[in-house]
Amino acid sequence: MSVITLTVNGRTHSVDTDPSTPLLYVLSDDLELRGPKFGCGMSQCGCCTVIVNGQAVRSCATPVEKVAGAAITTLEGLGTIENPHPIQQAFIDEQAMQCGFCLSGVIMTAKALLDRTPNATEAQIGQAMSTVLCRCGAHVRMLAAIKRYMQGRRTA
Amino acid sequence: MTPSMTADAMAALAGAGVSRRDFVKRSGALIVAFSAARLAGDLDIAPGTVAAQGINGPGSPQLDSWIAIGADGRVTAYTGKCELGHGLFTAQTQLVAEELSVPIGRVQLIQCDTAITPDQGTTSGAQSHPTNFNQSNLALAAATAREALVQMGAKRLGVPAELLTTADGQVVVRDDGSRRVSYGELIGGRTFNLLLNRNARRKPASEWTVLGQPVRRLEIPAMATGQFEYVQNVRVPGMLHGRVVRPPAVGATLNGVDERSLQGLAGIVKVVVRKNFIGVVAEKPWQAEQAVRRLKVTWHEGARLPDQRTFHQHLRSRPTRDTLAVDSGNVDAALAGAATIVRATYLHPYQMHASVGTACAVADVQPGRATIWSATQAVYPLRSTMAMLLGLQPENVRITFRMGPGCYGVNGADTVSYDAALLSQAAGRPVRVQLMRPDEMAWENYGLPFVIDQRAGIDASGTIVCWDYEAWSVSRGGRPGGNAPGNVVTGFLAGFEPAGVAPRSPAPAPAGAYGNGNNTVPSYVTGCIGGMCGGTGTITSERMLSHVIDSPFFTGPLRSPARLQNTFAHESFMDEIAAAVRADPVQYRLRHLRDPRLRDVLTAAASKAGWDSRPSPRTGLRRSGVVTGRGVACVLYEGDNGYCGLVVDVEVNQDTGAVEVRRCVAAMDCGPISNPDGLRNQVEGGIIHGISRALREEVTWNADRVTSIDWRTYRPWYLGDRVPVIESVLINRPDAEAMGAGETSITVTAAAIGNAIFDATGVRVRQIPFTPERVKAALAART
Repeated sequence: MSVITLTVNGRTHSVDTDPSTPLLYVLSDDLELRGPKFGCGMSQCGCCTVIVNGQAVRSCATPVEKVAGAAITTLEGLGTIENPHPIQQAFIDEQAMQCGFCLSGVIMTAKALLDRTPNATEAQIGQAMSTVLCRCGAHVRMLAAIKRYMQGRRTA
Repeated sequence: MTPSMTADAMAALAGAGVSRRDFVKRSGALIVAFSAARLAGDLDIAPGTVAAQGINGPGSPQLDSWIAIGADGRVTAYTGKCELGHGLFTAQTQLVAEELSVPIGRVQLIQCDTAITPDQGTTSGAQSHPTNFNQSNLALAAATAREALVQMGAKRLGVPAELLTTADGQVVVRDDGSRRVSYGELIGGRTFNLLLNRNARRKPASEWTVLGQPVRRLEIPAMATGQFEYVQNVRVPGMLHGRVVRPPAVGATLNGVDERSLQGLAGIVKVVVRKNFIGVVAEKPWQAEQAVRRLKVTWHEGARLPDQRTFHQHLRSRPTRDTLAVDSGNVDAALAGAATIVRATYLHPYQMHASVGTACAVADVQPGRATIWSATQAVYPLRSTMAMLLGLQPENVRITFRMGPGCYGVNGADTVSYDAALLSQAAGRPVRVQLMRPDEMAWENYGLPFVIDQRAGIDASGTIVCWDYEAWSVSRGGRPGGNAPGNVVTGFLAGFEPAGVAPRSPAPAPAGAYGNGNNTVPSYVTGCIGGMCGGTGTITSERMLSHVIDSPFFTGPLRSPARLQNTFAHESFMDEIAAAVRADPVQYRLRHLRDPRLRDVLTAAASKAGWDSRPSPRTGLRRSGVVTGRGVACVLYEGDNGYCGLVVDVEVNQDTGAVEVRRCVAAMDCGPISNPDGLRNQVEGGIIHGISRALREEVTWNADRVTSIDWRTYRPWYLGDRVPVIESVLINRPDAEAMGAGETSITVTAAAIGNAIFDATGVRVRQIPFTPERVKAALAART
């Protein structure tokens, strides 16, 4: 065990943990955050995605020691129910989910891409989403929400 | 959810013990005891049928079991049908708001908790709308409450009831809006002490202002912002973490566990063994996970599995349990007299629910009592089987529902509830168990494989005169129901037997009322038993014979169980017959259909899609490169539970065998539409899920174990994969009975795609999934 300092959603936390612990477990169990979720533990689905220093990262396969000191953002770090982030608002406006379990993968992956590439092409979006899974089949609405958010950024 | 419930009620709910009585005591009002009737044992019913899913519990005849109104006028409603991601929570909230004339924000719906909600069995089979939106259960409770409030208002206001109306949570004099009394003043905090009134007047759809509207789903803001509490997020004081060790191979049994192999690992609380069930409890999840990886376990070998390559032949070679859905007795003669006979065989694989998150549950088992937080679809049945597993009385077990990832049927939610409970019982503290991806995928209750032989006789005019269907499928386990914990893997490992198949051959003659719960009977036959005809078609000579054999793997209902497989075979075959007589597939279907609503969805989809009336395949077929085609399929789901017609356009790359669905037009009729946007979302999700299953999904195995155990080896349709444009035509029938909508579009998707592949290429692919390799092989085999 060792004490690791993390900056999550702008707040600093010190956790006493095995440094090989996946970041996801620290976020969801030590910090009790609800956004990132366990989907597969193998980086194959995206449910656990967080943004670390601007990159979409699979927290299920990232040892916590690797992100000590980095700026970590989770789904709940973007906005709140009362004041959602524009990309969250786009998903609300499109009613772009069914069970909603996959949303960290969908929203955080899209946000990281569009922060980097604001005018991403359909092919670039497809590439970024090629390892993100939604099993309820909300694909059409999710892609519409991502486009709605892109357009909103352009006109903002 | 962040409910609009009062703080007192929330505290009472959070602090409720295992019984409804505790909750009532603590909340200081509102609720009475409800029916103690238990689910009947269902193991005599053919596995996979609607009845075998144990769908509907006894509910409650007591109004106070369903509706309570506080002094502040807030309405609390209790339902036994839970949100699974399909929008039911919102639709049910709309229903209560509508029938009671209160704003939706003043209704708090409490779902699926054995301490406080009525026993409504299982949330499945697209049965929640039929159960709770027609003249029964939740809808009837709200209507009964409204009538009772009007009666009370009449007394209070001194005005005859027929001169009163309700609006905004008040009883109002129709001609003098200034004379009114609020529900809170009339009943607030007291019980109704009434039985549900079968004749309570429901609001006609013409008066709806909340129901029928595209109300946004109530949970979505919390989901989109990472605030929503899934079962995965439940945290209990003193909670430990568990992981399980499943056998390495099917049928393997435990030889020994060497606990010394965990020496030196931090945080280990307990290694738990019960017959073939093994789990480890630790302080932290990562410790438990490392422990199960390191734990030295030896196993006795299991049985050899049938070869996957010849599995469909294997199905035909085993002892069977036979059922005749219909048999007009003259099919062989009709075939003998037919001008032409068309034959085809269709194959469907095992598929899995494969929820996006692995199953998780939290259990707190103390001496004599237990509380389980579970994403089960069946809180009351799970309470019964949990009591069996733990050796407790059912009334001392509380199952409280928390949503999990979309389940699409009996996924790992029940089995992981058993896992958590066994570990908590052994550890004496609350335990949260999260399955690892391979634990779940290797041991699911898979969706059913099928072999379906079809034969049809056609007369000289090109009309079908007889239809002969013979199918082989499998069963093992299933939903645990109220008495069979062994129907899922954990219960089995802990020593309970799964429901198997009792061979029975030949099948008894069809008897009783006609039903088509598995869509065994195609839409084009008359469906007659004893002179009573419940089918939707015109063909009078009909025989539908089903064989079920014992499965090497656990099976269970997977979204549109058996209905999808049968509909794939029926709707593909109808297309083959149409092609054989050079008829347009839509016109040819209409020629054999007599149900007007089924005809309507078919023509509505075709019309919206701009269907070009001509036979398939299209003329001027090219034998290389990318070609396009269109296909159609339709169904009356479960014979009485929702209509769908679907037209799809596909592209087939003949060089690679890749199939891409470009456009889908679905027409839906599920009676009165509760929430049009929710319905659209279900239609769209069903189609995308259907595309994934039609084109990609297949359980695989080797000599002794399942090999599709993660997302590389069981590859579904990712978000980056191309998706079609989807258009929905919603046919609203305000005066009809409410039907289900969650499993209808997926039922027709595979057939419509297969028919479109045929239209594009002239090649019929009769085996799901339509993988590039399979399509390429079929193309290569064409003459």
